[in-house]
Amino acid sequence: MSAAALIDEAARVRLAAGVMLRHDRRRGQWMLMAPERLLVLDDMALAVLRACTGAEDEVGGAIDRLAAEYDAPRGEIAADVLDLLNDLRNKGYVAA
Amino acid sequence: MTCALPSLATAAAEPAPPFAVLAELTHRCPLRCAYCSNPVTLEPASAELDTATWKRVLDEAADAGALQVHFSGGEPCVRKDLEELVAHATEAGLYSNLITSAVLLDADRLARLKAAGLQHVQISVQDSEAEGADWIGGYRGGHARKLETARRVVDSGLALTINAVLHRHNIERVNAFIDRALELRAGRIEIANVQYYGWALENRAALMPSREQLLTMDAAVRARLPELAGRLVVDYVVPDYYARRPKSCMGGWGRRFMNVTPRGRVLPCHAAETIPGLSFETVFDRSLSDIWRDGPAFAHYRGTAWMPQPCQSCDDREEDWGGCRCQALALAGDAGAADPVCELSPSHAAVALLRDRDAAALGTPWRYRGG
Ligand code: SF4
Ligand code: SF4
Repeated sequence: MSAAALIDEAARVRLAAGVMLRHDRRRGQWMLMAPERLLVLDDMALAVLRACTGAEDEVGGAIDRLAAEYDAPRGEIAADVLDLLNDLRNKGYVAA
Repeated sequence: MTCALPSLATAAAEPAPPFAVLAELTHRCPLRCAYCSNPVTLEPASAELDTATWKRVLDEAADAGALQVHFSGGEPCVRKDLEELVAHATEAGLYSNLITSAVLLDADRLARLKAAGLQHVQISVQDSEAEGADWIGGYRGGHARKLETARRVVDSGLALTINAVLHRHNIERVNAFIDRALELRAGRIEIANVQYYGWALENRAALMPSREQLLTMDAAVRARLPELAGRLVVDYVVPDYYARRPKSCMGGWGRRFMNVTPRGRVLPCHAAETIPGLSFETVFDRSLSDIWRDGPAFAHYRGTAWMPQPCQSCDDREEDWGGCRCQALALAGDAGAADPVCELSPSHAAVALLRDRDAAALGTPWRYRGG
């Protein structure tokens, strides 16, 4: 068996089973709640997750929107987004 | 006049809120695993908290800032009110995990639990094949039921974790456990080497793997990690008695978890009752928030002030928090010592001796839980 293919711009991603996005008022933080664990999200991670898991299109489309919204070079955004998504997938927070 | 003494009255900073509450609903369980970490003196059904009290406890857990609840036991499914409690936890804003042996979890029940807001099911598997698994769990037909339930969990869209508990009698099949988790489409596997508390401590000589077994297993797991990336999350730690540094037990005493026992005692970890001299409050004494903030058992080993040497001057003291208090008690005779699993502990050599003696005691029969 070989490792799962990397998430690329053509992939569609969603939160993995048992994972939900939550805002915790007490701590004033956004987090991903997951089986027996959680991950506190910074602003960037939150924006990426919203763009990539909330939409009907592929990761590439989400990267277009993020690049426009943050007025940043698309190449840089794409690299950051794909790194983050692959990392989150390896940790079981998102599925492709 | 000025006083040269430092003020002892300075209020200690409030501890950060707990991450999760472990709700040990019951000690009853149809299985009889010899490695069970429940206490050797099991609580009877008659001592268990009633539904209304558990609901109050769940509300108090959310009030204390907990984000998740782990319904465990024993076997939480023996409680007829499990669905009601999960629904209550959901209403209180808690994320619910169910830690189960799965043999009592039929399709209807699972559907009701899901409707109540359950998110995640962790199923223990005793071996890779039925014969060994049913022997280890002391329950005929259990393995087949577990597999059936595990498939149903995934089909229903809930998260599934396979909890593979390894010891002398199954550690060689670690690869088959991983294959099983993949076949079941679990999101995660916990490769959990037995931790020696409760029944497992009694049965240590019947469970302890040899160094060779351990090294083979460790190499097998590490070799597979690259191919599992993105497919199966693997939680794996080197088993205590063969480690050079201790685990960060419970993420640090009184830092992340509260444990509520079937009769309502509030503990920093599920084995804490073995520690003499600590006084534990119950859910009838004060709220979970109060107990978390300054309950004497929680305050006792919280942070680093209690630490003796070598921990006190160790750079890792806020990494592992000195390891496990219950293990320090079991192995060094002092719950306030460094966890003897640590190679810097003066008792470390004794742990190696105990381990090697138990590992060599092949043929030692175990005593089934409750037996
Ligand atoms: S370890 Fe075995 S006996 Fe103990 S609660 Fe779990 S399934 Fe039951
Ligand atoms: S000396 Fe204490 S703090 Fe340092 S690694 Fe060992 S147990 Fe942990």
